[in-house]
Amino acid sequence: MLLQLHEPGESPAPHEQDRGLAVGIDLGTTNSVVALAQSGAVEVLRDGDGQALIPSVVQYDEDGTVTVGREARRMILEKPEQVVSSIKRLMGRGIDDLKSLAGTLPFRLDSAAEGGMVRLRVAGRTLTPIEVSADILRALRTRAEEAQGKTVDRAVITVPAYFDDAARTATKDAARLAGLEVLRLVNEPTAAALAYGLDHGAEGLYAVYDLGGGTFDLSILRMEKGVFQVRATGGDAALGGDDIDHAVAEHFLAERALSRGEVTLTEGEVMQALAAARVAKECLSTQREGDWMIEVGGIATRHTLSRETLDALAAPWLDRTVAICRQVIEDAGIEVADIQGVVLVGGSTRMPLVRQSVKALFGRDPLADINPDEVVAVGAALQAEALTAGSDTLLLDVTPLSLGIETMGGIVEKVIPRNTPIPVAMAQDFTTYQDGQTAMTIHVVQGEREMVDQNRSLARFVLRGIPPMAAGAARIRVTFTVDADGLLTVSASEGTTGIEQQVAVKPSYGLTEDEMATMLRDSLEHAREDMDNRLLAETVVEAKRSVLAVQAALGVDSDLLSADERKGIDAAIAEVERTIALSDRDAVTAAMEALETATKIFAERRMDRGIRQALAGVAIDSLDDAIGS
Amino acid sequence: MNHPATAISSCWSCKGPVASRALFCSVCGAVQGPGVVDHYTRLGLPRSFDIDQEALDRQYFGLQRRVHPDRFASKSSREKALSQAQATALNDAHDTLKDPLRRAAYLLGLLGSPVDLTACGTINDRALLMEQMEMREALAEAETRERVSQLAMEAESAMIACQCGISAAFNANDLEQAGHLAIRLKYLSRLAEEARAKKTRITRTP
Repeated sequence: MLLQLHEPGESPAPHEQDRGLAVGIDLGTTNSVVALAQSGAVEVLRDGDGQALIPSVVQYDEDGTVTVGREARRMILEKPEQVVSSIKRLMGRGIDDLKSLAGTLPFRLDSAAEGGMVRLRVAGRTLTPIEVSADILRALRTRAEEAQGKTVDRAVITVPAYFDDAARTATKDAARLAGLEVLRLVNEPTAAALAYGLDHGAEGLYAVYDLGGGTFDLSILRMEKGVFQVRATGGDAALGGDDIDHAVAEHFLAERALSRGEVTLTEGEVMQALAAARVAKECLSTQREGDWMIEVGGIATRHTLSRETLDALAAPWLDRTVAICRQVIEDAGIEVADIQGVVLVGGSTRMPLVRQSVKALFGRDPLADINPDEVVAVGAALQAEALTAGSDTLLLDVTPLSLGIETMGGIVEKVIPRNTPIPVAMAQDFTTYQDGQTAMTIHVVQGEREMVDQNRSLARFVLRGIPPMAAGAARIRVTFTVDADGLLTVSASEGTTGIEQQVAVKPSYGLTEDEMATMLRDSLEHAREDMDNRLLAETVVEAKRSVLAVQAALGVDSDLLSADERKGIDAAIAEVERTIALSDRDAVTAAMEALETATKIFAERRMDRGIRQALAGVAIDSLDDAIGS
Repeated sequence: MNHPATAISSCWSCKGPVASRALFCSVCGAVQGPGVVDHYTRLGLPRSFDIDQEALDRQYFGLQRRVHPDRFASKSSREKALSQAQATALNDAHDTLKDPLRRAAYLLGLLGSPVDLTACGTINDRALLMEQMEMREALAEAETRERVSQLAMEAESAMIACQCGISAAFNANDLEQAGHLAIRLKYLSRLAEEARAKKTRITRTP
C-alpha cells in the first residue's frame, strides 16, 4: 500500500470537511461587506438587488426586533432614537475617550456608566458597541449562510491597521457573540494589498491609502513572489468620510440658521442635514454643483453646494491624511520615488479631491481599477481560504503603535516600537524605587507620546510578592508578546524568585469573561451547544493528530516493540478512533490518555536510540531539509 | 555535548528524538518549538558581519512560509503556540541581522566582546566627540530643505563608510576597532534619523 505524504506542517487539516464555511468580512464604519473564496475564486455576497454593501446601521425596535442594513438606515430620520450607526468609532473606547468626540457622534450615551466601556441608550435598552457590532456580524453571517446554504462559523475580519489593542479585542469579542470564530484579524490595507497584488501580479513597494467612513490608514508594503511584507503603517482611527459629512452638514445648518434666524437646532435637523450632506458629497464626485433640501417641522430650506466649496470644507481633513502619509514614508525609511504604485481603498477615495491630493503627494496617478468598497472583503476572503485550505502566500504585518509601560514621573518606556514585525516578543527590565518594596504596578500604554497621559491606557496590573530588597536591587522583567492578530499579552517576572504573572491585556475597556458569558447566554440560544461543538472539534483534531503521530513513529521504529507491546498500542489507537466516531469528548480524552500510557515505553526506547545514534555521529534527520528554505 | 548540530530533544507529538534546531519532526511532521540557537544558525547564514541582504530576506521568507501562524490557523492550540514562537524567533533574528548597527553589536556579543550601545550617553573618544558636535551644530543651524537633505546625505554616506570600516575590522579580527566603529555608527545613524525627521517637518510646513 502506498501512503500519501505531505510537506511537514502543510498537511490539510483532517477535520476541514466537518466544518462550516470560512468567510472574509470587512466590518466598516459606514458599510460592511462579506465575501467567500473557494479554490482562489472570490465571490462577494450580494443581496437580491445585487448590492454588496450592507450599511453598518442597526435598528432596535421597541418590540425587540433587530434590523440591520438598508432598512435600518431608512429609519434614521423617522426613528432616530432606535437606530445606531457608525458604531465602529466606539469600538474599544472608554467613556473618558469620548469627551473629545462628544457632540460629533450620533449616539446617546448611557450617562450612568462611570469609567470603563461606553454604553449606549437605544430604544430603552443599554447596549455596548460590542453587542451592536455583533448584530451587524450576525446579519453578514446570515447573508452568507443564505447565499451558500451552508453553515458559516469562521471568519477573517478586517480592522483598520491603526486600531489599538482595545479596539481589536472588542472586534474579536463581537465576532464571538455572533457565533463566529475569528481565524485572524487582518489589517484593512494589508487585505486590500493581498487582493490587489494577487490579482494584478504587483511586485515592488506599494502604498495603500485607505480612507473609510471613520478611519484612515496608510500602509507601505513590499510585494514579491507571494510575500506581502508591511514595511510601515500609520493612520488615524477617528478620521474619515464621516468628518467631511459633518463639515458639510454644519455648513448647511449654518445657512439654514441664517435664513431662519434661529440658533437652536433640533435633533431632526441635524440628522437631515447629515443625510443631505452625505448625498451631496457623493453626487459631487461626478457632478460639479447641486441643490439639496432640508425640511423639518414644515420649514424647508434649499442649499447649493459646489465642488469647490466641498473641497474647501474637506481640505483640512485631507491635509491630515497627507501629513500621516509623509510620516509613514519616513518611518519606512524610503523616499516617495521608491514607491511603484498607490492603491486607493475605501468609499471616501471616490472624492476627486482625494485623488488629486494623493497624486500631488506621490507624483503619480493612483491605481483605481479596483472597487474600493469591495477590495478589503475580497482580501479577507482570500486570507480565510488560505488559513483553512492552505496557501503559499505569506502576510507579514507590523504593530501600528508603540507599546510601553509607565515609569517614574509618568514617562513612557517603550518596550515594542511601532512598525515592529509581528508576532513579536520583547522584554525590558525594571527595578524597584523604594527599599523593601514588595509590589509594583505595571501600567501598559499604547501610543507615540512621551507622557503616559497622552497615550492610550490599555491595562494596569500589580505584580506582588517581590522579596523585600534595597531599592534598585530587584530585577523585574516585563515581557510584551504581540500575536499574529496584533493582540498583546503582558507578563512580568521577578528575577531572583521567578514569581510570574501573566495578563492578556483586556480589562480597561473590554468585557470581562463574566460579562461575555452573560451576553453569550442572552444573545445566542445555541451558545452552549456552539461552545460544546467547538470544544469537541478541538479535541477531535488533537486526537487525530496524536494517532497520526504514533502511526508515523511506528512506521520508522516498530522494530523496538515486541509483538505484545505492538498489539497494546494498536488497540489503544483503535479505541481513540472508536471514541472519535462517537463524538463523546470525555471518552476521546480518556482514550487519548490511554494511548499516551500505552506508548510510553516505545517513546523512551526511541529517545534512547536517537541519543545513541547522535553520539555515534549519525544525523538523526536531514538537517538541511529542516533548516533550508 | 550541546553542539547545536547534534543536540537532540524529544518531539512533543510523537515523543521520538528530533534535532533541537529542526522546525518539524522528521517522523510525525509536527512543528517544534524554536531551539536555542544564534540568529545566524536560525536563518542558515554564515556567521559574518558581511551579509547578503537578499539571501537574508530569502531565508527569512522561506522559513516564515513554513512556520508562520497563518499556516496553523486550523490546528490545535499547541501547534498554534509553537508556530507563533517560531515566527517570533525568526522576526527577532531577521530584525537583528538586517540592521548593520544591531548586527555589529550582536556579532560582537557572539564573539565574546560585547559592546553596550544602550548606555553610551557620554563619548570617550575625543575625535568622535568633535565630529558629532560639528555635525549636530550644522543640523541645528540648517534652515532650508536643501541644506537638511545635504546633511542627511552626508550622514548617510559617513554611515556607509563606517560600515565598511566595521567589516574590515571584523575580517581582521580586530574586535576592539569593530566596537569603536559600532559606537560611531550609532551616533551617525541617530544623526541621520534626526536629519530625516527635520526634512519631513520642513516639507510639512512650507
